[in-house]
Amino acid sequence: MILVFCEIKDGAIRKPSLEALSEARRLAGDNNVSALFVGSEISGAENASSYGADTIIKVESPTLAGYSSDLFANAIADVIIAKNIKILLLAATSIGKDVAPRVAARLGAGLAADVTALCIKDGRLQAVRPMYAGKANAIVDFLAEVQVATIRPNVVAVSTASKAGTMENFPAPTSDIKAIVKEIIARSSEKPDLTEADIIVSGGRGMKDGANFKLLEDLATAIGGVVGASRAAVDAGWDIPHSAQVGQTGKVVSPTLYIACGISGAIQHLAGISGSKFIVAINKDAEAPIFKVADYGIVGDLFEVLPELTKAVKAVKG
Amino acid sequence: MKILVALKQVPDTESKIKIADSACTIDQGDLKWITSPNDEYALEEAIRMKEAQGAEVIAVSIGGDKAKDVLRNALALGADGAVLLKAEATDDPLSTARALANFAKGKDFNIIFTGHKCYGNDNGSVGQMTAELLGLPHVHVVTKLNITENKFIAEREGDAGVEIIEGNLPAVITAQRGLNEPRYANLKGIMAAKKKPIEEIDCVLEDATIKVASLALPPARSEGKRIDGDPATQVAELVSLLSSEAKIF
Repeated sequence: MILVFCEIKDGAIRKPSLEALSEARRLAGDNNVSALFVGSEISGAENASSYGADTIIKVESPTLAGYSSDLFANAIADVIIAKNIKILLLAATSIGKDVAPRVAARLGAGLAADVTALCIKDGRLQAVRPMYAGKANAIVDFLAEVQVATIRPNVVAVSTASKAGTMENFPAPTSDIKAIVKEIIARSSEKPDLTEADIIVSGGRGMKDGANFKLLEDLATAIGGVVGASRAAVDAGWDIPHSAQVGQTGKVVSPTLYIACGISGAIQHLAGISGSKFIVAINKDAEAPIFKVADYGIVGDLFEVLPELTKAVKAVKG
Repeated sequence: MKILVALKQVPDTESKIKIADSACTIDQGDLKWITSPNDEYALEEAIRMKEAQGAEVIAVSIGGDKAKDVLRNALALGADGAVLLKAEATDDPLSTARALANFAKGKDFNIIFTGHKCYGNDNGSVGQMTAELLGLPHVHVVTKLNITENKFIAEREGDAGVEIIEGNLPAVITAQRGLNEPRYANLKGIMAAKKKPIEEIDCVLEDATIKVASLALPPARSEGKRIDGDPATQVAELVSLLSSEAKIF
């Protein structure tokens, strides 16, 4: 039996959770896959049956309305113990990365974080995970009996598989909350975090000024992407937040498409984008290292190319 | 106020990684080693708290003799004490967390700081695990921290935006870039650090829960197609390729 911790937002299961659920279905073969939802007044959990969940377990309580690391960890660990589960999968989202280590520590479980591939070998999970920000790939074996893995978003495919999805309620933990989210200052847009983004439009020192990031915003809006930045751009004092930084010292990303504009391609940056499926480089320096890893390279003035590209994308997308 | 800061020694982020003959670890040959940058934010925050309100700051690291460099640097920057838990560093986050929790247990630290992720094994898990083992709250990926009396208010990067998290001390805080701007050690600090002792404690990392069976370089990306012409021609061809090959449109 494989348990998948799923996140839900506005009645829809989040895409990284669907990816984890799909992966669990592939790994489980004929065995049971259970989708676990933790929260208050959960709606939409039944949709997990379309992605391979034989069982849907809900842990509901008003105390679980807001996310708290310790209470959510308790809820997940309680289910694992009660049902004698050996494998737990989570998406490596902000919550997944926060709660999985607590669950693993509670249970003495092995944890492989931010994995990019999984298989079952001799009845146990085996994981592939990038190390050194993607400069190396490790194959990780589990030595502990309980095995936990967080799956990097955007790496495994979502696939549908219609299953029974038998609903089950499981009692909520009664422990005190040690730390709780009091408030969320939402981003101005509904765009996903860089680590979950399917398309990233990123700018570097070649953007020359923070105000020019408007060109990237325009392209991102047209193409349905999120804006990122190189460390050089973040450090330039252009008022670009650290949370936008891509690379070894920022976010390690895995989009389908990464468009690097005015980014030369320092080794830390190249490591952080190595999981991208397609890389486009736009740079006026034909010798820039970014071209060595780019699928499509445009040597040119980004101040001319970017507006053209935005216009062309708008035309294609209608 | 007693503060523990857990630091890890990692290869410089500028380093190219080579794989050792064992194919399980990296070739450590000519690497330059540094304090994991996220740990530097953790240490800086601890030192600022010491300067602002008074605190005893203890730096701890797990590793061999080489890891003393990291501790010596922490002393130079203002840590009051340094402890080396002598063991072969491991890629298993739970073994690491158990060693840290065992060390911290009963020592009444009000705050345990560490980086949110160490550059290298990239687990991003040791802080949360240490908190769980000690029965403490934690806040992970912290970009702003306020301590008042026995409470903390921390800001962290969440999926939907910045989350503001409250709880009581003692607690574990994992630092992220943006929390502060770490200082450099000055000559006076460096000289003083040379005279300060580094306590060494033999430590056995037991009950590994995962192990790296093999380590390999990722497949090299090869250079793709250069698109020539004037901007309009380049863009037209790029959009065509993004449509036909990358299936973006």
